[in-house]
Amino acid sequence: MQSHKNAILRQEGLMAAKTFDIPDDCRYSRSDEWIRIDGTSARVGITDYAQTELSDIVFVELPEVGNQVEAGETFGVVESVKAVNDLLSPVSGEIVEVHQSLEEHPEWINENPYGRGWIICIAPEDLDAIDGLLSPEDYRAYVKERSDK
Amino acid sequence: MVPFAGFEMPLLYTSILEEHRAVRSSAGLFDVSHMGEIRLRGRDALATAQLLFSNDVAGTEVGRVRYGLLCLEDGGVVDDVTLYRAGEDEVLFCVNASNIAEDLAWMREVQRMSGLACEIIDESAETALLALQGPRALALVAPLLPPDTRPPRRWRFVQTQLAGIPVWLSRTGYTGEDGYEMYTRSERVVALWDALREAGGEALSPAGLGARDTLRTEMAYPLYGHELDREHNPVEAGLERFLAFGRGFSGEAALRRVCERGPEQRLAGLLLEGRQVARSGYPILAEARIGTITSGTYGPSVERSIALGYLEARYAEPGSCIAVEVRGRGIPCKVTKTPFYGRKG
Repeated sequence: MQSHKNAILRQEGLMAAKTFDIPDDCRYSRSDEWIRIDGTSARVGITDYAQTELSDIVFVELPEVGNQVEAGETFGVVESVKAVNDLLSPVSGEIVEVHQSLEEHPEWINENPYGRGWIICIAPEDLDAIDGLLSPEDYRAYVKERSDK
Repeated sequence: MVPFAGFEMPLLYTSILEEHRAVRSSAGLFDVSHMGEIRLRGRDALATAQLLFSNDVAGTEVGRVRYGLLCLEDGGVVDDVTLYRAGEDEVLFCVNASNIAEDLAWMREVQRMSGLACEIIDESAETALLALQGPRALALVAPLLPPDTRPPRRWRFVQTQLAGIPVWLSRTGYTGEDGYEMYTRSERVVALWDALREAGGEALSPAGLGARDTLRTEMAYPLYGHELDREHNPVEAGLERFLAFGRGFSGEAALRRVCERGPEQRLAGLLLEGRQVARSGYPILAEARIGTITSGTYGPSVERSIALGYLEARYAEPGSCIAVEVRGRGIPCKVTKTPFYGRKG
């Protein structure tokens, strides 16, 4: 019985190993957010791996501009048809910009997680803190560890 | 992939939303082989089935399918099932995967207590089931049928072949769209899947359990373990039309009393403000807590956040304005008539 399932899944390409986009110009958190320095502030979103796992994002709860966040603290929520997930800030700082259009177009996160799907812009208390996050190589290994299961 | 009643099931092939829309606008193909099949055969098969099944068994002629409940004496639901009248003294129940063992135990207990003679055979392991659903399903299946065979009408089935593979072709489904469910032997199901995929081409998308769930939620079809369980009865769940009173099914007396008295709680459809999803277990609020969400999703075709939940009967009228507690905040919602989705045309 299980064998026929696997045959169908293989045929439909679901048994193949997935590859995920992990750009070199970002740093990564263990909760699957990316952060990219952009002048004195840094843009934050969720990774290709995270959006693939969530699939079909239908709602984003965004913070207010001016809010202070701590590293590892919740700054918002992303909901897909499948699941609901907290968004955790990779660094401490002040939220200086919020991607308001996501309220109308949450699917942008699925379509382009590192570009049009960015979520907030943060002015980090300490820009060097970003260097303490996962490098692209480390994050690639961390994703592989979980997606190979 | 999610483990589901012992199977690794694809929640989605590409995207739940895309698969959902494909079923509404064209056609989708689901592998739902995890469903169970239990056959009752022998002199008293029909009488045994009627003791178990809340809907009318004798009135289900050979070649017809009916939906109904298996109830405990107190009216609690053991399972919700479809009954196929396979022959004069033979029926087949299609049951939920997670309930196969409980259903068998309950059927055997009822049979033993009644002293009726019939075989109760679990055919789940050797039976596979595909569902082809959507407005283009009919056109897609027709060319695969033997030349002299006409597709069955709604709520009927025929034993036939599709692309040369023996099937029970049933005009039923769980999506709100027209379409078929096709039973075949497990070892033939990959060939059947391939034949349908080839015949369907671009018009047909494989669809996973995620889309199955959003489609059935838009139709407010209950899912066992969410809207139905042993603690809730079919009257509360709004399924009175599947209770054939007077047939002597298990739970009949208790359910008649619930009907007369009126249920204390009812299952209702809720439309939420905004796009947040009310998930199973979230509290439903008025002045105080009045109920609990059983299923909720973003409805891709109604383009609203929709939910089902049990709440105190006096709040369950359409138009009633209440709230769902989502992460500590009350999100306003309105009780609405179901189904949420109405097929066009």
